[in-house]
Amino acid sequence: MSAILELKNINKRFGRVVALDNLNLQLKAGEVLGLVGQNGSGKSTLMKMLAGLQAPDSGEILLRGEPVRLRSAAMATSLGIGMVHQEQSLIPNLSVAENIFIDKPNRATRGGLYRWQALYAAARAQLDKIGVKLRPDALIEELSFAERQQVELAKVLAIEELVDHPPIILFDEPTSVLNPDEIKILFREIQRLRSRASIVFISHRLDEILSISDRVIVLTNGVKVADEQVATLDRDELYRLMVGHERSVKPRKTSTATALAPAAPRLKIRNLSDGNRFANLNLDVARGEIVGLVGVQGSGAEELCRTLFGAQDAVSGEIVLDDAPARALSPREAVSNGVAYLPSNRRLEGMLAGRSLIQNMVVTYGLEYGRSRLLVDYRAEAAAAQQWMSRLKVKASSGKERIERLSGGNQQKVVLGKWLMSKQLKLLLLDHPSRGLDPGARDDLFEAIREQARTGMSILFVADTSEEALELADRLMVLKDGEITASYDLRHGVAPSQEDIVRAMV
Amino acid sequence: MSNSPSVSDERVQFGKSRALSRKTLQNMGPLIALVLMVLVFQAVTGSFVSAGNFASILEAAAVPSILAVGASFVILLGAIDLSMQGVIAAASMTLSLLVANGINANDFGWGGIFIALLVGVVFGALNGLLHVFGRTPSLIVTLGMWFIGLGVAAVLFPDRVPTMHDPLVLGLSSVHIAGLSLIVYVACGVIAAAYAVLKYTRVGRMIYAIGGDEAIIVASGLPVRRYKLFAFIVSGGVAALGGVLLSAQLGNGNADIGAGQLFPAISAAVVGGTVLSGGRGGALQSALGALILEVLSNGLIQIGAGPYSRNIISGAVILVAVGVTSYHLRRKLRVVK
Repeated sequence: MSAILELKNINKRFGRVVALDNLNLQLKAGEVLGLVGQNGSGKSTLMKMLAGLQAPDSGEILLRGEPVRLRSAAMATSLGIGMVHQEQSLIPNLSVAENIFIDKPNRATRGGLYRWQALYAAARAQLDKIGVKLRPDALIEELSFAERQQVELAKVLAIEELVDHPPIILFDEPTSVLNPDEIKILFREIQRLRSRASIVFISHRLDEILSISDRVIVLTNGVKVADEQVATLDRDELYRLMVGHERSVKPRKTSTATALAPAAPRLKIRNLSDGNRFANLNLDVARGEIVGLVGVQGSGAEELCRTLFGAQDAVSGEIVLDDAPARALSPREAVSNGVAYLPSNRRLEGMLAGRSLIQNMVVTYGLEYGRSRLLVDYRAEAAAAQQWMSRLKVKASSGKERIERLSGGNQQKVVLGKWLMSKQLKLLLLDHPSRGLDPGARDDLFEAIREQARTGMSILFVADTSEEALELADRLMVLKDGEITASYDLRHGVAPSQEDIVRAMV
Repeated sequence: MSNSPSVSDERVQFGKSRALSRKTLQNMGPLIALVLMVLVFQAVTGSFVSAGNFASILEAAAVPSILAVGASFVILLGAIDLSMQGVIAAASMTLSLLVANGINANDFGWGGIFIALLVGVVFGALNGLLHVFGRTPSLIVTLGMWFIGLGVAAVLFPDRVPTMHDPLVLGLSSVHIAGLSLIVYVACGVIAAAYAVLKYTRVGRMIYAIGGDEAIIVASGLPVRRYKLFAFIVSGGVAALGGVLLSAQLGNGNADIGAGQLFPAISAAVVGGTVLSGGRGGALQSALGALILEVLSNGLIQIGAGPYSRNIISGAVILVAVGVTSYHLRRKLRVVK
């Protein structure tokens, strides 16, 4: 098979950081190419380049043997290259149908006039293709995150009908926000597509890469370090290629909670209901304990975190933190109670885009380092921020760098660091803390979380996967439809099997 | 989803009802407010509901609604156009000196109206070019253009007030069909045309999209600047039309004719549900907002409120209306889920 897309000697740098270093790559027709690498390895830069969002500094892109310059996303689209964005690219106040065809010529919008019924019908056809039952006239802002991801997928797959040769479809970590059923559909769709499209697929879940790809490319610091057929690889081998060292089989670290005397719980939740997703929940978290929550989407775990943080209201029940009532009516109140929350949607709720790392770090607790809590002490707060960033091993050229220039893992560390700046934090709520992180960055983050627990912090987290929950948690709670259906103390006795957990989830 | 289509169906159903109730609330809120106001004024005065009073409300609301609809194009982008009072003044003076008038011998008729409108288009295009290509905030660009427009009108102003004799222009306010002047019909036409453009054309939909998330439209390689320019041109052209109609009502050209038009126009857009941050609302909403403000002011006069207390009440009603209609936008955290 000939190469449908070929990259020759591609270089790209951002300031002093080399994102791609003399990269050569071939994509063959009908192939699924897996792309792995740690955060900051240049995967996203490569994808953006192929999608027309960034131009290489030097090097050549050949599409079906012809050199092309992809000047814009529209141009990439018209040449049959589409990208499913990790961060969605949908207009919130427009309908599903408009979003699907916003960047594509379409019979229903020819001549600049919209024929709505025809447009809805065309969108319906695209949604049907991937088995999604969404109304084409629904507004994006009325949809859940997962539903939007489906629209995003439909939008890109509609490129199929745009070009008469097989399209190239780029998936930038599409699975990190989908539940297992949705991932199954996505994979089925990719299988269906591979006969008439070439696909590049990024995921941090190595099992996924191994199951869906024909060939895997590993990037490290912008350099291609491996290019292997999947048949010759296994998971540990791939991990080693990516991280650069063997995957250490970690013995479960017993946290300090076991060493301590059975302490009275620090956080007590009694009969808590939010009137929607969960009802009559009871849950305790001790000092220094890490409690993991797992459940399918809509299980109520995320809502529980948001309620504890005051970001949504409880309708009844009690929250007690260190013997003081702590039902917060607003995030501000929760913060002053010593509660911190790492949101699942980092870009929208976690970080201040356009601001520096230090500004992100000090935004909440900067004044704790100020003079009499009244005047800002720039030097003291910057010093504290720098200290936390080095403890968390944030990889950046300086504290003045803007946060959106960092990789997802490093951004997440900064968002976590913002809360750790507090001198009186008691409870850390983590909503999908590892979402979008590569295994290396995830291990780093988990170590930082464990370290916090060792200092006595209580931690409640919503896990992305049950493996992850088993790895990090001292106790594990399974939520289903807003009720705790299973609870395991992982410090004593045997850990539950994956099957047990899944059975409790669904 | 494959194994559980019923769950998915349920979710669609759920989404549907939720969407419906929210949309209904958003769209019906101003309409309900309008009906309530009419009922209250009728209860207090006993004579509010009458063909004659409704006709006078429509006459008074015609020009403000046109201005509100024009401004909506720019507001939907998430930008603002403050220049209308200057454009109105410049268009008024241009018109009065080009059609049959008491100052000079010009008698261009339709041509005069056309050039007056063209003045607005030029102002709008300048606003757009400076904002879009000069990358200057629309607030300050259009604020400057406001005063340039007033200056142009003052420079054009001859020694005495130019009284118009052109039957074409004067007919706009003097010819009545079914008890309503032509101005009301022109207003209806403008509202309908604006609705059609915003709903059925690509440029209209892109104006909404830019108000929703401009960065994505830019990244998709769509001609954002062209769409924005279009919105400013419409806003300027419609403001000039407002100037023509106001001049027709007055019978002469006047550099002060636009005074006090900006605030009601923007308020009308907002009261009707066109959100200043862009992307939400539309022509019908803004026109409805103008009608609400006119009903309010008419009703307050009828129950005998003085001009000062009228101002206080109008201002307060605008604040309350905005607070109520945008309540759903103020959740604790704006969550994307």
